[in-house]
Amino acid sequence: MSKRVLIAEDDPTDIFLLQRAFAVAEVPAILHVVRDGQEAIDYLEGEASYADRQAHPLPDLLLLDLKMPKLNGFDVLSWLKRQPGLKRLLVTVLTSSDQPQDINRAYDLGANSYLLKPHGSQELSDLVKRVQKYWLEVNQVPVTSE
Amino acid sequence: MARSLNILLVEDNPDDAFLVSTAVERTLAGIRVLLVKNGQEAIRYLAGEPPYEDRSRHPSPDLILLDLKMPVMNGFEVLDWIRSKPGLRRLPVIVLTGSLLPEDTQKAYEAGANSYLIKPLDFDGMMRTIKNMGDFWLSGTQLPDAERS
Repeated sequence: MSKRVLIAEDDPTDIFLLQRAFAVAEVPAILHVVRDGQEAIDYLEGEASYADRQAHPLPDLLLLDLKMPKLNGFDVLSWLKRQPGLKRLLVTVLTSSDQPQDINRAYDLGANSYLLKPHGSQELSDLVKRVQKYWLEVNQVPVTSE
Repeated sequence: MARSLNILLVEDNPDDAFLVSTAVERTLAGIRVLLVKNGQEAIRYLAGEPPYEDRSRHPSPDLILLDLKMPVMNGFEVLDWIRSKPGLRRLPVIVLTGSLLPEDTQKAYEAGANSYLIKPLDFDGMMRTIKNMGDFWLSGTQLPDAERS
């Protein structure tokens, strides 16, 4: 069964590049995209337009940008930790920030891992393959619920 | 890389400890494996308690490979302890266990494990698992600062 990846990313170019990277890498994952931290939370809660779990299934992995409008990646991480059914959700931060304080804070808030957005489509495709291989094949995926 | 990375291996079974260390040596460059044989020793190590006070000989780890079923103190208890310590709670912990039980997987993630890997039974399998672990965690993934005690 294909794994489901939720991408939380506000930049339309980055969204496009990520979707293309998944396609080029031939990663058999189903992608859903939310564009800010509030939408990410709404999606994971099954709020409003995301209530239909057939159309908007809970993901196996969340790829989470840090700098997003409304609520940022740290807000999403903090929120996730407080949700009994969702706190086990696998979260990989995917951001352009290489600042140690951001890295430390993300891990403190329970991110499973932290990756830098690479420049170059080949590098992005390689990253996507690595993420898919490690988190969704090698690693045991936890069960989550709302 | 300015210094070698330090992995704290928490493993009570000497044969498994040998398998993991050897696999690391063969597949990953620039990694130092620090072995402790149960949860109690792991906590002493991380807290810098005797006999681990000398950080030049017993450096703070960058990452932990943690068995679950161990005498004295098990992996779940170690996880609970790590996540309760402000200076340590960001440390990436990869559970490496023979347990295939879904409830152990849930419990480990619940207790704050970053990742959960099944221990292969044979050496080739262990080499592949350790290589996969290293490919992700030790080349490309940003690790938090190791604890400065």
